[in-house]
Amino acid sequence: MEILNQWAFIGMFAVLAPIFPALPILIAWILRPRKPNVLKSQTYECGVETVGDTWVQFRVQYYIYGLIFLIFDVEMVLLFPWAMAYNRLDAFASIVGVIFILLLLDGLLYAWNKGVLEWK
Amino acid sequence: MDCTGLCDALYKGGLDQGIAQFISLLVGVLLVSGVPLITVILLIWVERKIAARIQDRIGPNRVGPFGLLQTFADLLKLLIKEDITPTAADRLLYNAAPLVSFASVLLIWGVIPYTPYHFGANLEIGVLYMVAVASLGTLSIMTAGWASNNKYALLGAFRVVALLVSYEIPMVFSLLIPVLLAGSMSLVDIVHAQGGMWFGIMAPISAVLFFISAQAETGRAPFDLIEAESELVAGFNIEYSGMKFGMFFAAEFLHVFTNAILLVVFFFGGWFGPFWDKPLIAFMWLGLKASVFYFISLWIRNTVPRLRIDQVMWFNWFRLVPLSIANVIVIATLVKIMQLINLAPRNLIGASFIEMLPLTIVLLAANVAMGLVIVGQLRTTGRAVRMAAQNRTPVTAAVGD
Repeated sequence: MEILNQWAFIGMFAVLAPIFPALPILIAWILRPRKPNVLKSQTYECGVETVGDTWVQFRVQYYIYGLIFLIFDVEMVLLFPWAMAYNRLDAFASIVGVIFILLLLDGLLYAWNKGVLEWK
Repeated sequence: MDCTGLCDALYKGGLDQGIAQFISLLVGVLLVSGVPLITVILLIWVERKIAARIQDRIGPNRVGPFGLLQTFADLLKLLIKEDITPTAADRLLYNAAPLVSFASVLLIWGVIPYTPYHFGANLEIGVLYMVAVASLGTLSIMTAGWASNNKYALLGAFRVVALLVSYEIPMVFSLLIPVLLAGSMSLVDIVHAQGGMWFGIMAPISAVLFFISAQAETGRAPFDLIEAESELVAGFNIEYSGMKFGMFFAAEFLHVFTNAILLVVFFFGGWFGPFWDKPLIAFMWLGLKASVFYFISLWIRNTVPRLRIDQVMWFNWFRLVPLSIANVIVIATLVKIMQLINLAPRNLIGASFIEMLPLTIVLLAANVAMGLVIVGQLRTTGRAVRMAAQNRTPVTAAVGD
């Protein structure tokens, strides 16, 4: 029951949190002048008209960083329970955890040797 | 759900139990979120004043005493400013991004323990919640950059995602240490476990790692390449104007202070200080300690030049990530050895200073050793880079002569 109370609070907070920044934006929406014209609403680009499409292909490096991050993040989810129970674990369980982290390190070294971590 | 405190009083006053619970939750949320909402107004003034002093200026001093009302004047100005939405923008995402950006920072405050008795929610998985909610900020920046349909904005957003995603790894690894030592993911328990000894003294390297990645997470100098004026004009918020821009701005200001608070909660004992059992004094300790780290963060922001993206990435992947992994292995091993030879308490909550002393000395010594290695390594690398640069200079110098 106590846990439910805590999550009810977070639920209420999550509903209200976007409303706090929405309020001033709403007030501004009522107060502000509205005089749009074609030139004003153009996309900004050094004063000249924008050339070509914005939503184009981007360099693959961003994607590779995203992939490596994903590996680390998933392993992190597995490491947190281990860390949480650490004071109650025996020596064997903590060694297993360290081996798990070493495997993670191995993945990093592999990417390092592949040269994908460098920004070229 | 149980009904205590305000809820109970309302229920006894004749209200329906469901409505009483709703009202007490609402009041709780408003009280908890009131702290950051009031703080952010003050923070904008503090930040501008400190930045001005560091740059040998006076800063805002016209509106109100010491310029204290400057933020309100700015707010009024933003409220009556015309808000331009570019025709090419994706309107729904464009308008949602500033809301998510501010809400993501605000939601972190839901789990921050202000005092031993006053906090929003004491979640069992507080640390994971905090990391997850903070990541929403990255999402909002990507949304803003994409929805603006502007090349500078999109480039800025790409950089943000690459940077934030990379620096989240050392940040989460450094958070593993307080969780491991305290044996709990609840922020309240983590602070309670620091009653004998602050984790920042037992594991200073984790604290430094957290501080550096938090600085990157807010996109502050030296990691402000995401809104580098000289190349990207303003980065992801280039197409935003009026109050929507103001919300991105407020979120960033608040995020810096939020990170200072989190650093104190995880590593510097939260509310602990003399007379911490009095709520007001406990709250004061938290704010005081956070202000110190907030000031250091501003100090770095205003004195360090911006890094290039390849330097930032190199520093993260080749230095911070290996160090944070090594840090976890070393600390985990030492803690287990100390526990097995019965020199470290198994439950840190309520452990006294004397009980913590042997573990602290061992961990601190290991941290200092690791710190010396990494500093020596950074010095060698720095010297090599400088030598390489020096060998290139004669070419340009000859032109000048």
